[in-house]
This record gives sequence, C-alpha cells and structure tokens, in this order.
Amino acid sequence: MDTWLNNLWHSVTLGGNEIMRSLMVALMSLVIMLVVVLVVIWLERKVSADIQNRIGPLRTGGVLGFLLQSLADAIKLLMKEDLRPAGSDRWPFYIAPYLVFLPAFMAYMILPFSATWIPQDVKIGILYYCAVSSVPVLGIAIAGWASNNKWSLLGSLRSAAQLVSYEIPLGLGILAVVLLHGTLETGAIVRGQWLNPVLTLITLPALLIFLTAGLAEVSRTPFDLPEAESELVSGFNTEYSGMRFATFFLAEFSASFFIAALAVTLFLGGWSLWGLDLVWARDVFNWDTGKWFVNGALVPAAIPFLMKAFWFAVFMVKTFVVLWVLMWVKWTLPRLRIDQVLNFGWKALLPVALANLLFVSLVGAWLKPASDKPGQPAAVNSIVLPSVGPPCIPCITGNEDGATTGGGESMPMACP
Amino acid sequence: MPLRDFRQPEFDAPEVVLPELPEDYGTTIVNMGPQHPSTHGVLRLMLKMDGETVLRLVPVIGYLHRGTEKLAESRTYTMVIPYTDRLDYLSSMYMNLGYVLAVERLLELEVPERARWLRTAVAELQRLASHLLWLGSFALDLAATTVFLYTFREREMILDLFEQLCGARLTYNYMRFSGVMADAPEGWLGRASDYLDVQEKMLVEYENLLTGNPIFRARTEGIGVISREDAVNYGLSGPSLRGSGVPYDVRKIEPYDAYGEVEFAVATREAGDCFARYEVRLDEMRESIKIVRQCLDKLDGMVGEVQGRAPRVIKPAAGEAYARVEAPRGLFGVFAVSDGTANPVRVRFRSPSFANLCALDHMCRGVKLADVVAVLGSIDIVLGEIDR
Repeated sequence: MDTWLNNLWHSVTLGGNEIMRSLMVALMSLVIMLVVVLVVIWLERKVSADIQNRIGPLRTGGVLGFLLQSLADAIKLLMKEDLRPAGSDRWPFYIAPYLVFLPAFMAYMILPFSATWIPQDVKIGILYYCAVSSVPVLGIAIAGWASNNKWSLLGSLRSAAQLVSYEIPLGLGILAVVLLHGTLETGAIVRGQWLNPVLTLITLPALLIFLTAGLAEVSRTPFDLPEAESELVSGFNTEYSGMRFATFFLAEFSASFFIAALAVTLFLGGWSLWGLDLVWARDVFNWDTGKWFVNGALVPAAIPFLMKAFWFAVFMVKTFVVLWVLMWVKWTLPRLRIDQVLNFGWKALLPVALANLLFVSLVGAWLKPASDKPGQPAAVNSIVLPSVGPPCIPCITGNEDGATTGGGESMPMACP
Repeated sequence: MPLRDFRQPEFDAPEVVLPELPEDYGTTIVNMGPQHPSTHGVLRLMLKMDGETVLRLVPVIGYLHRGTEKLAESRTYTMVIPYTDRLDYLSSMYMNLGYVLAVERLLELEVPERARWLRTAVAELQRLASHLLWLGSFALDLAATTVFLYTFREREMILDLFEQLCGARLTYNYMRFSGVMADAPEGWLGRASDYLDVQEKMLVEYENLLTGNPIFRARTEGIGVISREDAVNYGLSGPSLRGSGVPYDVRKIEPYDAYGEVEFAVATREAGDCFARYEVRLDEMRESIKIVRQCLDKLDGMVGEVQGRAPRVIKPAAGEAYARVEAPRGLFGVFAVSDGTANPVRVRFRSPSFANLCALDHMCRGVKLADVVAVLGSIDIVLGEIDR
C-alpha cells in the first residue's frame, strides 16, 4: 500500500507517463474528496443535531451511516428529474454547477495528508490554491444569471461582492505564513512547522484571520448570504434541483473541508505533532523514498507506512476539530447583512490582516540571524532545534542518487 | 508655421443630451411570497427595489381568507368558538377569550372565581407559547437556527399542559360562556409550576445566544424604526406599540378576568426598532411567568365551579357588545351584534396583526432586503388572523 502510494506520488515522475500520472493524481484527489465530503455532510447533520437537542440521521446505513446516509441522499438526488426553468439560459445553466465543483476538487491536489502523501506537491501550491479558489464565484454568478430568477440573481451578485472582498484578507492571512516559511509549497510549510513549532505560535493571529475570511469564502453562516435561506429562498441555487443541486452542495462541503484542512496545513502544523514526534522520526526518514534507515540499514516498509498512517490520522483529527469549530460557529450565530459583511471585510478584517502581516514580518526579521545568506527563508534558521543527529532536511530530501526533487532548495533548514 | 494648439477645441462640442430616464429606472419589482420561507404563512410582499434597497413595499393579503366573520352569522353563538381558534392559531386561547368575553357582555353573565383565575393562567401561558414561537422564528429569520429548536422545546411543554387541560394542542376550544370547558386535572398546577421554573432558566439561555450577540444587535438595532406618533397613528398595538414607548396594555387599561388582581409591569422601550420589540417581548415573557405564578398560587386550594350559569340555548337580547383583550400580538377586539335569535347578526374581529402589517411599508422604506425579513419577523404577524 505504502509503496503503491509513494509510487503514485513520486516514483512515476522519474520517467513515468505524465498523462497517466496526472490522471491518477486527479482520481486520487476525487476519491479522497468524495469520501471525505460524505462524512462531512453526515457530521454536519450530526453536529447540528447535537447543538439543537436533536438526534440527527439515525436509520440509513446503521453503523456505516456516516458514509451511507450521504450516499443515499446523493443517489436520491441523482435519480431526480433534471429540471431547467423556462426562460433560463440553457448552457450557462448547465455548466455553472461544474464551474463551482471543479475548483473545489482541484484544490485538493496540494493538500499534504501525511508526510509524502501529497497528491501533487507543486512548488507554487499556495499560489495555485489562490488561483483555483477564485473560480467558483464565476460559476455562482453564472448560475444566478442563467436561472432567470430575481432571487438567484440577488444571491449571485451578493456572492460576487462577498467572495471578491474576502479573498484579499484570506490571501493576506496566507501570506503571513508564506513570508515566515519562505516557500509556497504546502509540504515544505508543514515540514517547517514540524521542525520548528514556534512558527505555529507566530501565525496564530493569522489563523483567526484566515478562518474568518475562510468562512466567508465558503459562504457559511454568518456569511452565508449567497444562499441566505430566510431571505433569498435558496439564493443562487434556487432553481437547481436533482444532481445539479447536489453538485453545488458537494462543492460547498468540499470547500468547507478544504478550508479546515488548509488551516491545519498552514497554521496548525499539518500532519505533524509540532515536533513531539520529531526526535525519533526526522533523522531516519527519507522524504522521497518514504523509507527509513537506522544505522544505514533499511527498516521494513511496514514501519514507515504505519508512521505515515499515524500522521495521516493526526491530520484528519486536526482537520475535523477545525471543521467542528466551523460547524459550531454556523449553528450558533445569526447572519450578517450584505453591507455589514462588506464593511467588515474591508474596514475591519483587511486592516487587521495588514497589521498582522507587519507583525509577522517584524518577528521574522528579528528571528533571522545576520549571517544568513540573502534569499534564505527568514525565521527558521536561528531557532535551535532539539536535534539528535546531523541530518537536516535538504539532505534527507535528497534522493538516494543525490538529486533533490520537490521543495529541496526551498527547505527551511540549512545544511551543516 | 505655428504649431497647432491641441489644447483648444476646434469646434464647440455639442451639448450632450441624455435621454430622460423614467423615474423608476434601475429599480426592480420583486415578489416575496406567497411561497417564501420567511413570510410566516401565505403573505405576498411586492417590493420595489433599487439593488438590495427597498423603496416601497406593498403587502398583498387574502390567501388565507376563510370568511370566518360571515360563517359566524349562520352558526349559533357556541358554534362560533371553534372558528375563533383558527384566527390567530398561535394564540387560540386568546381568540377564544376575546369572543367569549364579548358574548358574556351580551348575555350579562358572571364568571365564577376559579374560572376567572384559570382563564388568566392559560391566557398568560398562551402568551408565553406564542412569544416562544415568535422568538424562535424571529431568530430563524436572522439565520440563528438553533434558537428556534430551543424555544420549541419549551413551547412543547406548554402544549403538553394545554393538552392535559383540554385535550388539544393547537386549537383548544377551551373557553365557554361564563367559564371554561374543564377544570385543571389532578397535579396540573404542580406541573405548570415546574414548567415555569424551567422556562425562567431557559429565558437566560436565549438571551445568552441573542441579546449580547454583536451580529444580532447589528441586524436589529435601528432597523424598522417607527416613532411614537407614527405607531399610534398606524394603530399599532401590542409589543410593536410598546416597543415605540407607548405603555398601552389592555390588561392594565381595561382589566378583564383576574388581571385587575395580579401584579405585573407593562414592558416598554423607547427605540421603536426591531431590537426594542424583541426586548419588550422578552420582558413580557418574564412578566407572564410572574402572572401565571400568582394565578397558580391563587388556584391552589381554591374550590368552586369553573362553569357558571349560562343558559342552555344562547339567545341574547337584541343589542351589541364589544370586548377587547391584550392578545400576544396586540389588541384583539370582538364586536358582536345580536337580534335576539340564536345566531349573531354580525361578529367583527379587530385583529392586531392586520394593523401591525399596515405599518410595514412605513418601517421598511430604505432598508435592505434582508431587513425586510427582520422587520416582518419583529412585528410578529399571523396570517390566519389577518385574512380571517
């Protein structure tokens, strides 16, 4: 299993078929996303039920209800008639759900689920996310326009105003992390936090900014104006039914999970336990082959696999905790009004995000020793790590043949 | 050859004449309802909007018209009582009470002591139930979904109490001329008292969720303001009027049943906005708890009939009578005219929601679309009573 996964992520790159590899990456992202979303939808229903003194979905699927309930719902929606209101714009109406869904799923490509388990560790991962995350608003605007319904139109216009406004504080929140770590690569950011838990502490204010803006980005209460049920009937998706509606729904929950997962990745140490697991793992672990060496001897493959499975579990637990907080917020707070949302975004969140950026850069500069070479990432070098041996990340990220791949040169550790 | 001076125009540009725009250029008419999640029944609001700003609002009513007043003319006096249940179906006890009081005045009937106190107790429990439902749906209008389920949890306890009292949970048909249908069953007073203890604690819980919440405050404060004068001129009543600083309460001004003998305060606020109306209702709930407590204390150990001497066949002498009560939504008036036969010649209901809805346009001009929902929620209308 582990070998297969590693092959998937890395080995095929070295001379494999690029198209096949891309397809496999896409497939893996899709499968992960679908499974996760099924659970998240069920969880949302259960958590809301818990908050509201209800029981929530109980019957479908028995003990497997957490998977099968949402699956049953999806099948029901799939079998519904595909309705298109008279007077709507045919093709925009059909395309819009996929324009919302596709970016939500594409973003999963850069999530580091565990050490080396990243569907595609691109060097510009964060930039890629920022690009991809600004596409859904287009789909929502098209959906509202094509529906030929005033409620839909109001919902989509609100959505356009809101999503565009909150992308900036969201980006500034992320920028603080990028500034501190000196890399855009999600995998490297997590490794940086793994080796240097202090970085996590420095970016905690940025986490709050990121989560607030993130709530607005995925349109959850108190920022759920695009679909504002009590005002706009169902907002931009009023006229959608059946599987097209389910596609919007899926995209929304997928985005919710992604925001939580990204918050964990960038701000909460990702799959790592902030260095608690550092001492006995970092010196013996080869990033690219995913193999362990102790005193030059290869450790059986099962052990690194279990290790990574453990990290994967850590990542999931962290993500679901963040997700639970988002749900908690959703089921407690009322909704803001559109002008209040925009005012808050531009007049409160944006200045705070800028101030936080200043704070992070000052802290970064203070942590950076004078001897650093220019171009080296700022904060990381000066902090003495609880190291037990000589290896450092650029060394262990190197392949066995000595070449560096992935984020080798942007790694925050300097070689001795 | 001198250079051409490009700064000077070579000719006088013709004056640009923009086509005259119609007065409502750029505005949209949006139909809110009759199928809409937040119109509290089948109400249709025609909104003239500039973007998200409401310029004008016209309520279209009548979707729930059942001709109750006309029906009453071909029924005997007693047969009309169940029809009144369906006016304001969220406070049926009060609709019963208003009608029964009017007919009692026609018949000049006395109500036994115990029945008067029982009526007062259930009327105030009904106010609690109605305000609970209002609080839940108002919060739901502002998307605070959870409060809705919390208030329904407590409202359920009141409905259970009513069920034990008269066998019905929504349309009670409990009031009778000169009394009530049945006495409280064994242990009912104790259970009602237990409920009040729970409710008192839970009121704090709702307040924790809403009153101090900055989002809730931002959504309600300064929204849907109606001044004292306008509120009086529009004929508002109930919490909507008291939220504008007018301490008008029929229970104080013209006490019926046992209201003259219980102690309570009339809650008012000066601001006249949605938040003021919210606070007035929460205060009223606290006062209601106090009133019910007093009633229960009085009823405990009191012996006596709950049904006075009403004639078997109700044939009031020719004449007319008017009774008014302070229903949860405001002043509910009943005007009954008799010509000496078994059927009333005319029964007319003055419904508070109707008058309150009339002021909606005034309150909503210039607010955002989302605020319309909040204002509509804050005046707490029931369509059954408006359309009758």
